[in-house]
Amino acid sequence: MGHDDTIFALSSGAPPAAIAVVRISGPAATEALNDLIGMDIPARSPRVVTVKGTQGNIIDRPLALRFAGPASATGEDVVELHLHGGRAVVDAVLARLGELDGLRQAEPGEFTRRAFENGRLDLLEAEGLADLLAAETETQRRQAMGFASGGVSQAVAAWQDECLTIAARIEAAIDFSDEDDVGDADVAAIHMACAALAAKLAAWLDRPPAERLRDGITVAIAGPPNAGKSTLLNAIAQREAAITAPTAGTTRDIVEVPVAIGGIAYRFADTAGLRDDSDDAVEAIGIARALAAAAEADILVWLGSDDPPTHSATIRIAAQADRRSGVEWDMAVDAADVVVSALTGEGMAALLDAIAGRARDLLPREGDVALNRRQRDTLADVAAALDDAQCARDLLIVAEHLRSAMSAFDRLTGRARTEDMLDALFGRFCIGK
Amino acid sequence: MDNFDVIVVGGGHAGCEAAAVAARIGARVALVTFSRETIGAMSCNPAIGGLGKGHLVREVDAYDGLIARAADAAAIHYRMLNMSKGAAVRGPRVQADRVLFAAAIQAMIAREANITVIEGEAEALTLDDDAVSGLVMADGRLLSAPAVVLAAGTFLGGRLYRGEWSGAGGRTGERAATALGKQLRDLGLPVARLKTGTPPRLDGRTIDWAALVRQESDADPWTMAPETRARRNPQLFCAITRTNEATHEIVRGGLDRSPLFSGAIDAKGPRYCPSIEDKIHRFADRDGHQIFLEPEGLATHLVYPNGISTSLPDDVQRAMINSIAGLEGAEIAVPGYAVEYDHVDPRCLDRRLGVRAIPGLFCAGQIIGTTGYEEAAALGLAAGANAAATALGRDAVHFDRTTSYLGVMIDDLILQGVSEPYRMLTARAEYRLRLRADNAWTRLGEHAEAVGCLSERRLDALAAHRTALTEVATLIDGVAATSSRNGERRSLGDALIQQDIAFRDAGDDHPALAACDPVALDEIESDLRYGPYLARQEAEIRALAANERIAIPDDFDFAGVGGLSNEMIERLDAARPETLGMMGRIAGITPAALTAVLVRLRRVAA
Ligand SMILES: Cc1cc2nc3c(=O)[nH]c(=O)nc-3n(C[C@H](O)[C@H](O)[C@H](O)COP(=O)(O)OP(=O)(O)OC[C@H]3O[C@@H](n4cnc5c(N)ncnc54)[C@H](O)[C@@H]3O)c2cc1C
Ligand SMILES: Nc1nc2c(ncn2[C@@H]2O[C@H](COP(=O)(O)OP(=O)(O)OP(=O)(O)O)[C@@H](O)[C@H]2O)c(=O)[nH]1
Ligand SMILES: [Mg+2]
Repeated sequence: MGHDDTIFALSSGAPPAAIAVVRISGPAATEALNDLIGMDIPARSPRVVTVKGTQGNIIDRPLALRFAGPASATGEDVVELHLHGGRAVVDAVLARLGELDGLRQAEPGEFTRRAFENGRLDLLEAEGLADLLAAETETQRRQAMGFASGGVSQAVAAWQDECLTIAARIEAAIDFSDEDDVGDADVAAIHMACAALAAKLAAWLDRPPAERLRDGITVAIAGPPNAGKSTLLNAIAQREAAITAPTAGTTRDIVEVPVAIGGIAYRFADTAGLRDDSDDAVEAIGIARALAAAAEADILVWLGSDDPPTHSATIRIAAQADRRSGVEWDMAVDAADVVVSALTGEGMAALLDAIAGRARDLLPREGDVALNRRQRDTLADVAAALDDAQCARDLLIVAEHLRSAMSAFDRLTGRARTEDMLDALFGRFCIGK
Repeated sequence: MDNFDVIVVGGGHAGCEAAAVAARIGARVALVTFSRETIGAMSCNPAIGGLGKGHLVREVDAYDGLIARAADAAAIHYRMLNMSKGAAVRGPRVQADRVLFAAAIQAMIAREANITVIEGEAEALTLDDDAVSGLVMADGRLLSAPAVVLAAGTFLGGRLYRGEWSGAGGRTGERAATALGKQLRDLGLPVARLKTGTPPRLDGRTIDWAALVRQESDADPWTMAPETRARRNPQLFCAITRTNEATHEIVRGGLDRSPLFSGAIDAKGPRYCPSIEDKIHRFADRDGHQIFLEPEGLATHLVYPNGISTSLPDDVQRAMINSIAGLEGAEIAVPGYAVEYDHVDPRCLDRRLGVRAIPGLFCAGQIIGTTGYEEAAALGLAAGANAAATALGRDAVHFDRTTSYLGVMIDDLILQGVSEPYRMLTARAEYRLRLRADNAWTRLGEHAEAVGCLSERRLDALAAHRTALTEVATLIDGVAATSSRNGERRSLGDALIQQDIAFRDAGDDHPALAACDPVALDEIESDLRYGPYLARQEAEIRALAANERIAIPDDFDFAGVGGLSNEMIERLDAARPETLGMMGRIAGITPAALTAVLVRLRRVAA
């Protein structure tokens, strides 16, 4: 039984594992791969490929594998990308996939379900699977609902109610238009109610995501070669995490180090030195990764005297204070937020303070409720449906968009049904003859 | 002993459609009912159609049923509800003359050579092992058939209430069917109580019509059945009045004498059809409730005050009526009352409306928890078609919620059960943009042909309709619009939609359209207008279709599947879903539960 839609998900190695496998399954899997890497690869022969972003920036150079259905794990066309496990890279790839037509994030257990439907799992395996799935899905659901932070479920329930109420108003106008308590629907008022809810959701979507609390704030250390980036990382991590050397171009790949400072979790990323004139192919890849990491990071620590790449949270550093002087150095100091020597420790406390200051803006405030990725995705769907609803004049189409919004909530809570909407309807309006 | 293919018990809306469709399919049918004269009787408001309900009427018509044609024969007031809203939710509604309506139904039943009407009380089913084999009449006659449709309405264990008074009965002035009701309980069918009510009927000669706002019949000459090409009867007007503070004071003063509040009735009534007692109690802040005064017929003075269903005592009813504008001198001809009755929990039925535990037994109409003529007629059609299929050894007839309101209703009933009388609403249909009153023939024509219930007359009409659609479609696609900025060429249809011009109004500028069938024009226009959304729904339906094809066997042991909660198992056992798709629609069933059942199914199959 074929599915029309193609699903994808991070299927192993939650970041920051060294390798993260993103799996795509369904009729559009091969096409999605081609879109991502701009070329065909033969089935069953692993290739190192280049995944580019929409702007042509290089996201990663993963290993790609392609299996043609039905001889695949799910029985459908399957593509696997073995990414370098940084969160930023994985997120960027998942975001790219989400933008492709016909692709969507897999629901919990959906790969297994497809594999099973296509006879790719034997029954013995499947026996144990039911319980496993039930348990797995339940934890995921709980996670998705963020029962750990009861605030989210409360907030979601409140929005769902609000959505139901708007839907009830429309349904009342449609199904009971001849009742005087209902009267003709005020479409403008309904649009306004949709806008109000959409605005609330947008405000929440602007809030810092929950993952930052759990996984840490990402800080990219970037700048030209030999600026002292790796030395700075080691000073912050208080161990020799990265190789340092007087040779320009020492660091080639991204080195990520989790560090907790002052109760805040960070993930510091040391990156390859940036320069335009590299003729070394490997270094070029490193530079591309460095730029991507800088762009994706929550905070950018910039060690160059040139202007840093645009970023909303940049801290400029004048580094190696202990051994530099002269006009150029004076200019660097003027442009810098903090003057640091990783060797002597001068300015390190001020740097960490500056980072902590930025971090606090990026973290959910104490007592604030934060949304995780799944919740954000769903709410973004709801917000999009509400925006569509505001553009429709035909009440019926407005209702159709609200149906989409409600089924998005459904996916999150597994709750609302027509009955709930009817409850809202009959509770509010005196209807019936 | 008389032998038939199908026996139908009940000459109401469900029973008549059941008997007629079975006969059209070719079964020999016995229609058993208390009295020949009450065949096709409307127990309550003589109106047919409305929102959701009008869709059902058109769907029954797509199977060549009776109700739409009878409604046209009896209509004395036409009103298209939601005229200003999208075509998918327009609700055709007529006010019918109840005498003409019953006469039309009786004439159509009489014309069916395959139907034998048998007067009297059906007292008990006869069983052969577990399966039904016929029934015994109260006078001792025996009828035999391999399929029986129960369409006994509110007559099972019916009890009427008005003020402090109460008595057994199915409708005012008619007896209840007590013996049959008792047998169903004894057979172990899940039976529970529901209630509904009706307002007092007024003598129209005592109403001050001049003081009231009139509502005329629609000028636009649409009809309930597409085949009816003209209005038959003189059109009457309705009038509108409302309750006021004084009315509410009177009702509040009588609440303690209403069986609804004194505790005499504790069955649940419908939320969308509350009594005036309920309205005033629950919405205390409202200073008035609207009442439509609807004439019951051409040859009667009776008027139905729509909106004030009540079971208050006579004296309170009278005072209440006389407190209302235009009704100061109005006299009550028949007082309002509430009725409490038995219904069979529809979750004991399968998709054919067959009782799972008793092969050959089918149920339809108010007896399975619905309310309304249209709902009853539609269910009767479904049960009758399946009873005939059983008797004649044909394939079961299934209705799908993605293609019909009838499918939505059956699916809702048999999977969720009812906690109040079920009434059709467009809000219940998730794919309502596809399920329009204007495209019922197109949606269901092919299915109806396959079921074999279309007369020669209808087959011709359907063919003609299809030709008309093709004609319109060709015109609309082909003729490129003349004007458009940047020289871009659009089809005529797209151009009209963009300019928001109704196709049937475009005849002046596009003479070719003027020559087309307006019904076909409307239908194609809606298809085009909702095109993008229809495509999206189509995709959604395809994604869900896989689960619909996975059958769950009758004897599947839900309790034996690891990981299902007790509450889920209880609901699953009550409704016994036939497919994984149906299972997924039962309230409270999670995706994980579906997967667990799927895995077990594959294991059972291996
Ligand atoms: C008081 C009242 C108020 C209502 N109010 C509304 C309303 O406001 N709006 C609305 O939409 N609907 C209303 N209805 C509902 C509507 O009338 C019914 O839903 C519809 O008529 C049901 O059709 P049916 O065919 O199932 O049953 P019915 O029309 O009740 O027909 C049942 C038939 O079965 C026959 N019968 C029953 N038992 C036997 C037996 N043992 N042997 C032989 N014959 C038998 C009866 O004689 C009758 O002909 C009301 C009904 C009542 C009684
Ligand atoms: N005296 C002094 N030397 C430093 C300081 N920071 C870095 N150095 C030295 O400068 C050289 C380059 O330092 P790295 O940390 O490797 O520089 P980098 O920016 O990581 O360079 P690439 O990885 O090549 O881009 C090394 O020899 C370091 O020991 C500092 O604060 N003071
Ligand atoms: Mg380095």
